[in-house]
Amino acid sequence: MPLLKNGAVTADPWHDGTAGLIVTVDEWRAQRDTLLARNVPLGLRLAPSDDVETIGDDARRFALIAIDFPAFTDGRPYSGARVLRERYGYDGELRATGQVLRDQLSFMQRCGFDAFEIANPNAAQDFAAAVGEISVVYQPAGDRQRSSAASAHRVA
Amino acid sequence: MVATYHYDDADRTLVRERVAQFRGQVDRRLSGALTEEEFRPLRLMNGLYLQLHAYMLRVAIPYGTLSADQMRALAAIGRRYDRDYGHFTTRQNIQFNWIKLEETPDLLHDLAQVDMHAIQTSGNVIRNVTADHYAGAAADELDDSRIYAEIIRQWSTLHPEFSFLPRKFKIAVTASATDRAALKVHDIGVRLHERDGARGFEVMVGGGQGRTPMIAKTIRDFLPEHDLLSYLEAILRVYNRQGRRDNKYKARIKILVHDLGAAAFAAKVDAEWAEIKDGPLGLPEAEVARIRHHFQPPAFRDLDAPNPLRVAKARTDPAFARWLRINTHAHKQPGYAIVDVSLKPVGGIPGDATADQMDALADIAAQYSFDEIRVTHTQNLVLPHVEEGALHAVWQALGSHGLATPNVGLASDIISCPGMDYCSLATARSIPIAQAISTRLADLDAQEDLGVLGIKISGCINACGHHHVGHIGILGLEKNGQEYYQLTLGGDPGADASLGEVLGKSFSADGIVDAVEKITVAYRALRTPGEAFIDAYRRLGPAPFKETLYAAA
Amino acid sequence: MTTQVVSANRLDNGRVVYLAPSGQWIGALSEAEVAHDASAAESLLNRAATAIIDRLIVGPYLISVTAATGRPQAERLREQIRATGPTVAPAHHDWAA
Repeated sequence: MPLLKNGAVTADPWHDGTAGLIVTVDEWRAQRDTLLARNVPLGLRLAPSDDVETIGDDARRFALIAIDFPAFTDGRPYSGARVLRERYGYDGELRATGQVLRDQLSFMQRCGFDAFEIANPNAAQDFAAAVGEISVVYQPAGDRQRSSAASAHRVA
Repeated sequence: MVATYHYDDADRTLVRERVAQFRGQVDRRLSGALTEEEFRPLRLMNGLYLQLHAYMLRVAIPYGTLSADQMRALAAIGRRYDRDYGHFTTRQNIQFNWIKLEETPDLLHDLAQVDMHAIQTSGNVIRNVTADHYAGAAADELDDSRIYAEIIRQWSTLHPEFSFLPRKFKIAVTASATDRAALKVHDIGVRLHERDGARGFEVMVGGGQGRTPMIAKTIRDFLPEHDLLSYLEAILRVYNRQGRRDNKYKARIKILVHDLGAAAFAAKVDAEWAEIKDGPLGLPEAEVARIRHHFQPPAFRDLDAPNPLRVAKARTDPAFARWLRINTHAHKQPGYAIVDVSLKPVGGIPGDATADQMDALADIAAQYSFDEIRVTHTQNLVLPHVEEGALHAVWQALGSHGLATPNVGLASDIISCPGMDYCSLATARSIPIAQAISTRLADLDAQEDLGVLGIKISGCINACGHHHVGHIGILGLEKNGQEYYQLTLGGDPGADASLGEVLGKSFSADGIVDAVEKITVAYRALRTPGEAFIDAYRRLGPAPFKETLYAAA
Repeated sequence: MTTQVVSANRLDNGRVVYLAPSGQWIGALSEAEVAHDASAAESLLNRAATAIIDRLIVGPYLISVTAATGRPQAERLREQIRATGPTVAPAHHDWAA
C-alpha cells in the first residue's frame, strides 16, 4: 500500500520489515521485555477499540504507531491519535490505515496523524488540496497548531 | 447592529472556505469520483438530507437568533431555490424541503453573504447549540445564555476529533431557573446558575427522545466557567470512544449513560477531564468577555412602565388585550415587552412561514425590535425587544400577515414534525392531525380557559415532534397499511421534566382528534381552580383520563 | 401476486422518479414499468444499479403496486404521497398542482 507522508507518496519502509518490527497491542503486552531487548525499531498496530492508555508512556518507545479505520465513519482513532500525541507525547510516525479517504485527511492531520496508507493514486495532490481547504480552525487539537492573537481558542 | 455575535474575518473565511469545499465535494459526487456512501456523511455535515420528495436543507440558526437581514436572506432563498416557504424546527433551525443538490453550493454561497451556513446541522457531529429564546430579554435570567452557546458553537465547529461520533449530538444552554430550552431531553444540557455569589454550570447528560426517551442526569452541579470547554471535551471524548457503534438505535450518549449508570459515567468523564483540564481549553475571562461584548443589550430607551398607550388600547380592544395576555411577556427592561410570533394559525401547518411572511417579519423587527428575531424550539418566532408603546402597531402588523394568532402556549400551539407528508422516516402523517386538532380546539375563549397545554405530534418513533414531552403527546404509527395514533399524557420539557405515559390502544386519525377533545373535557371537569393541565394530570394520574377515553359506552 | 415498480431519487435534483419501460427515469408512477414476478423485479433493480453508476439516481427500491385501473398505483400511503406530493400543500400558492 502506498504511503502518503510529508506531502508525498513514498514506499513504505515498514512494509517488508526493513524499518523494524510491527506488533499488535496483545503481542506488546505479552512480550514487552523481549521486544525491548531486541533493540530494533518497533511499530504498533492499533484497532479503534484498543485503549491507547494501556500503552501509556510506552508509546514513546515506538517509531511507528498505526491506527486502523475499519470504516471511515468510525471516529475512535481521532481520539486515540490525540491522546497519543498530547498526553503521552508520542513523536514518531502516526499512521492512518484502513478506509482513508481524501475528505477526512484534514481532520486526521489535525488530530496528529502524519502518515496515511491511501490507495488513491492522486493522494499527494489530494492531500495538499484537502488540508488547505479550511485555513481557520476553532479549537486546539493534536497537530499543536498555535493560537492566533485574536482568541485563545481560535487558530487561523 | 443586532445584539448578537458578529462574524469577524476569520469566521467569514471559514464559512467561505466551507462553501468552496462543499462545492468541490458536490462536483466530485456528480462526476462519480465520490460514491453515495462516501458522500452522504459529507452532505449531512452540510445539512443536506435526501428526503421523501427531494433534498431537504437545514440551515443553522445559532441559538435561534436572526437579524432582519438574515431573515430576508432566508426569504430570498425560499423564493430562489425552494417553493417560497420554509419550516422552523424544534432545534431553532429552518428547513427548506425542495432543494436540488446541484444548486446547494450556490445556496450556501448566498447564505455566506449574510454570515449564515448549514454546517453540522445533520450528521454524527455536534449539532446546532440551542439556548433560551428569550435570552437577553427575560427578567429571570442570570445572564445571556447565548454567550455560552456561542462559545460552545465555536469550539464544536469542524472539531476534528468529534466529526464522526457514534451518532448525532445535541447541546442546549440556559441561564435561568425556568428551562425554556428543554435541557433535560438533550445529550448535554448546560445551566448557568449562582451559588454563594459565584457562578457555575450545572451539567446534565444523557437526555433524549426517540425510541428510548430518557431524562438527562446531572453529573456536575457546579462547574466553574473556566472549565466549561475542557469538561465538555472530556464528555465528548468518553462518548466518542465508548459509545456504541454496532447498532444505530443504541448509539446515543443516553444509552451509554444508562448502561454505565450516571455515577460511573461521571467518573469516566472526571478521569479524562483530570488529564486535560489544565490544557489549552481553559476559558480565560478575557475570552468570555470578548464574546459577551457581542451580546451587550441594544440601546434601550429610558421608558416609563406601564405604557399608557398600551394600557388604553387594551381597555378598548379586547382582541388586542387577548393577544397581549397570551403572546407577550415581561421584559427585563422597563417599558419593553417580549413578543411571541405564532406560526400556528388555526388549521395551518405548524412552524411554516412563507417568504412573504419572513420579509414582513424582517421589516417589523427592523422597525420595532432592534432588528432582531428569535426562533423557538416550539416552532414559533419571537421579537425580543419591543417598546410597550409600539405593541398595538406590532400586533396589527403581525396580524395583517397571519402572524398574530393569540395561542402561544395554548392548545392550538401544536408542535408537529413534518411527518409522512415530507419525511422518509415517517410511519404516519402528523400535519393533518395538527390541523384537525387546531381546528377542533380553535375557540379562543375555550383555549384561554384550558390554559397552558402543550400538544406535540411525531409522525414516527424518532420523536422529532417531541411527543414524549408533550402534556398531550401523539405518536403516529402504521398498522396494516393504516395510520394509527398513540396517545400519551403527562410529558413536560421543563425543569421538572417528565416523559408521557401511554394510556391505551391507539386511535384512527378521526379518533385521535376526538380523544384529545375528550381529554380537555375531562381536565376541565376534574381540575381545581387555577390548576394547570400538567399539574392536574400529575395529581390525578392516568386513571380518569383512561376511563374517559376507553370506558365502555 | 406482487406487482412492483422501482423508484429512486434523481442524484442532481432529488426528485422522485420511476423506471419506465423505455429505460428512462420518469416522474409519473403511472407510467412505470411493472414487474410481475421476482425475477422481473430483480431485473428492475439491476437496471437501477446501472443508473447509480451512471450518476443518474440514488437509493432505488421496489414499491408494491396495484393495477386495478390498468395503470400502476402505489399500495402504501407513503408511496402514494411520494408519487403525488404532500397531502398538506401550503396554501400560499398552488405549487402542488
